[in-house]
Amino acid sequence: MAPLPLHTAGPYVAGAYIAFFLIVLIYVAIMASKLTRSERTLTELTERVEQRQRGEEDDG
Amino acid sequence: MYGKGLRPLSLITAASVALTLVAALYWAPNDAYLGFLQKIFYVHVPLAILTLCGFVAAGLMAIMHLRTRDSRWDMRSYVAIHISLIFGVTVLITGSIWARGAWGHWWVWQDPTLVSFLLVMLLYATYQPLRFAIEDPELQARYASVFAVTAGAFVPICFIVVRLAPGYVHPRTLSNINGNLPGRMQVVFYLAMISMTLLWVTLWRFEMTAKHVAAQIRRLRGLLGEEDDAQPVRRSAAPSLTHAGSPS
Repeated sequence: MAPLPLHTAGPYVAGAYIAFFLIVLIYVAIMASKLTRSERTLTELTERVEQRQRGEEDDG
Repeated sequence: MYGKGLRPLSLITAASVALTLVAALYWAPNDAYLGFLQKIFYVHVPLAILTLCGFVAAGLMAIMHLRTRDSRWDMRSYVAIHISLIFGVTVLITGSIWARGAWGHWWVWQDPTLVSFLLVMLLYATYQPLRFAIEDPELQARYASVFAVTAGAFVPICFIVVRLAPGYVHPRTLSNINGNLPGRMQVVFYLAMISMTLLWVTLWRFEMTAKHVAAQIRRLRGLLGEEDDAQPVRRSAAPSLTHAGSPS
């Protein structure tokens, strides 16, 4: 069997590499959005803990 | 802890993947038999090897969980299976594309390599539903670990049986008889192996960081007394870290 010419094999190779990068990109995007949300929540919670600590110190 | 050093690791991974891509497309010579189509091999084969290694690694982590009862090992095993499943889906897609170009078919049911890989994937596809079906977190973690150990042991057995199979159409990549790679192809293949390993490790650490942060948030909420007792506990397939605050 003769090797496929570039113009025939090219779309297959491009398709495979695009599929790989797309899957990794989608995964990273989902994880990054989750991490951003978590970071925001963590900041809010930390602020609330600090407020509570300040309140306790004022009471004391 | 898991987020430490993640940024430089991500940068190194991105650089090595980019280097692999350039080397595979421009530096590695075209295959005499398959021509340019063979370039798919540099992403497909390392991903397949890493998928199977990831499943075995998850099994080893599950053994650690069963031995120590430390929920962090369960989390590590869970994330390893998750990343390996993602890699496995990529293997199936890139493999099908390659098969279409090389054989004229998207899938060949007669080939033991293809079918056994699909079987392994289908086996691991039941991991999440299994976890979700068990409500008690302790029991869920234990059953999931037993599954990960059993399935992890099945992976190398399956691999060896397939290598011994006489009738196959799928090419053998690292065989001593007729599959060894010449010069630059071999260099690019090992480069691809390194970069895909780095990618697996980076994604694993990325997800571990996210899970760890989520566990810390739950712990903080608990300390603040924000947990609503009236609300039913949401069932989840994801493990719950009971040592979220302790260093890993």
